[in-house]
Amino acid sequence: MVEPVLSVIDLSKRFGALAASDHVNLDLMQGEIHALIGPNGAGKSTLINQITGAIRHDSGSIRFEGQEIGNLSVAERARLGLARTFQVSSLAPEFTVLQNVVLAVQAASGHVFRFFRPVLTDAWLVEPALGYLEQTGLKERSGVRTADLSHGEKRQLEIAVALALKPKAFLLDEPMAGMGPEGSKQLTGFLDGLRTEAPILLVEHDMDAVFSLADRISVLVYGRVIATGSVEEIRANEEVRRAYLGEEAA
Amino acid sequence: MNREALASLVLAAGLLVVPLIALGLDDPFIVTLATKVAILALAGAGLNLALGFGGLVSFGHAAFFGLGGYAASILASHALNYEPVFVWPFEISGTTSMPVIWLVAMVAGAIAAAAIGALSLRTGGVYFIMITLAFAQMIYYFAISWPAYGGEDGLSIYVRDSFPGLNTLDPLQFFLICYVVLMVALAFCFVLTRSRFGLALQAARQNATRLAAVGIEPFGIRLMAFAISGAITALAGALYADLNRFVSPAMLNWHTSGEIMVFVILGGVGRIFGPVAGAALYIVLEHNLGGLTEYWQLPLGLLLLAVVLYARGGILGLVSRQVRHG
Ligand SMILES: Nc1ncnc2c1ncn2[C@@H]1O[C@H](COP(=O)(O)OP(=O)(O)OP(=O)(O)O)[C@@H](O)[C@H]1O
Ligand SMILES: [Mg+2]
Repeated sequence: MVEPVLSVIDLSKRFGALAASDHVNLDLMQGEIHALIGPNGAGKSTLINQITGAIRHDSGSIRFEGQEIGNLSVAERARLGLARTFQVSSLAPEFTVLQNVVLAVQAASGHVFRFFRPVLTDAWLVEPALGYLEQTGLKERSGVRTADLSHGEKRQLEIAVALALKPKAFLLDEPMAGMGPEGSKQLTGFLDGLRTEAPILLVEHDMDAVFSLADRISVLVYGRVIATGSVEEIRANEEVRRAYLGEEAA
Repeated sequence: MNREALASLVLAAGLLVVPLIALGLDDPFIVTLATKVAILALAGAGLNLALGFGGLVSFGHAAFFGLGGYAASILASHALNYEPVFVWPFEISGTTSMPVIWLVAMVAGAIAAAAIGALSLRTGGVYFIMITLAFAQMIYYFAISWPAYGGEDGLSIYVRDSFPGLNTLDPLQFFLICYVVLMVALAFCFVLTRSRFGLALQAARQNATRLAAVGIEPFGIRLMAFAISGAITALAGALYADLNRFVSPAMLNWHTSGEIMVFVILGGVGRIFGPVAGAALYIVLEHNLGGLTEYWQLPLGLLLLAVVLYARGGILGLVSRQVRHG
């Protein structure tokens, strides 16, 4: 049997009386896009946050590349190769677009405690950063202050920063949110190719994107995974239709 | 060249030219004032690294300023009395050599900042401000109650410490020493903030969540910045002790922390020459208004209020007509 790259095993998290994660089991295999869908407030972002370490889980375990990572800090998990994007863009607002990506490139290079050489004239950092911006269609905007980007461009920059980390798995929290139909279509095409670089756990409400991209889909409702399966299986699943897809079809 | 760079150049040239003219006009007191500006700007430059670039609002930088001052005068007094500073486990004798004193002051400042930082950087916001204040006050009260080095009365340096090849008792030569040290420190800050470390430090200020998400621990970055910041401010303290040939616990008092913070905020938070502009304005105000009224700090307070409310980039921000830091 092939080991999953990432596995979430029996993970639980409560906020007071609310079970945000209720014995969640989920895994991510090499080369796949695993979509995580579910209604608002189901606990999708909370799950991503537990995998990245931003929120500590109450019980269960998280294994990444055969190693238990549940006790590691956010930065340690990122250094092992977990790259995430945020549902609400979270970037350094005063930096230029390029600086945001250079920060990720230097982080991935592992050498941060260097005090003298200027980063923005360091071809080892800038060249790859511009490459990632090119891939995500932001190269012309590289000198713009990040706070001045449009909403959609910030979403693209989140992806560029994740790429720059050269991760072993991507955790994307609603990358299409607010992108517009054209932007979503482009990003869908892009993510389709990305899965060969590293598997993707994709939280997304855009069902067209999910159905065209996903190798597997898990459905989260009230913190519980109520179904995991192929696109066809999930489309045909009665419980899923009632809990989630039904409202969309209507 | 952008306007901020131009303003910085004017400040650097002005700080050098003013004492030269003053000496021509036979007004050595102005040279002393310029020296004070250079030293206080250096103290501010240290804080600016933490506060301006790292977003670490330290209200305890008097601790490092005072430690630097005490390092200078303790070493000097031991050297003048021919007593070693301590004899066990190895013997350390006093010295009146400025470069050695500076090194000791900076190491002491860095160690103290690293220790205080390690205990306070896990918190943020108001808690960080209060904890840094509390640590600095602890050191202040310690200095008051410890009789070996003058306690409340402070400690005098009878002869100004020496620098190879220069006559440090000559006001202009001592000014030039302070000026060059300031410029070297500012150049260091400039380079630092553009380096890999500087990028991470500024990211820690803007969005620590983002920094952690790319795999860089914000704590380590902040701790290093705080230690460097403490070292620079301690160096300023050593020079200040030599300027006055005297240290007292007042250097460690929270008033001093407040003043250093005022230089940074007045001049322009996160701008390399901000502390120079801030310290210069402060000294000019103190010198001109202080003679007229004891309450000269009132207009200063109003000015500070205006800067905080309307011109968050400080003097340099106004000059370069761009406001940074939301
Ligand atoms: N830090 C927190 N403290 C308390 N409750 C929280 C916290 N974070 C999330 N919650 C709650 O946990 C539940 C799950 O939230 P979460 O953001 O994970 O949902 P989601 O599936 O990502 O929803 P959406 O599709 O709207 O992004 C919600 O009811 C939310 O209010
Ligand atoms: Mg969410």
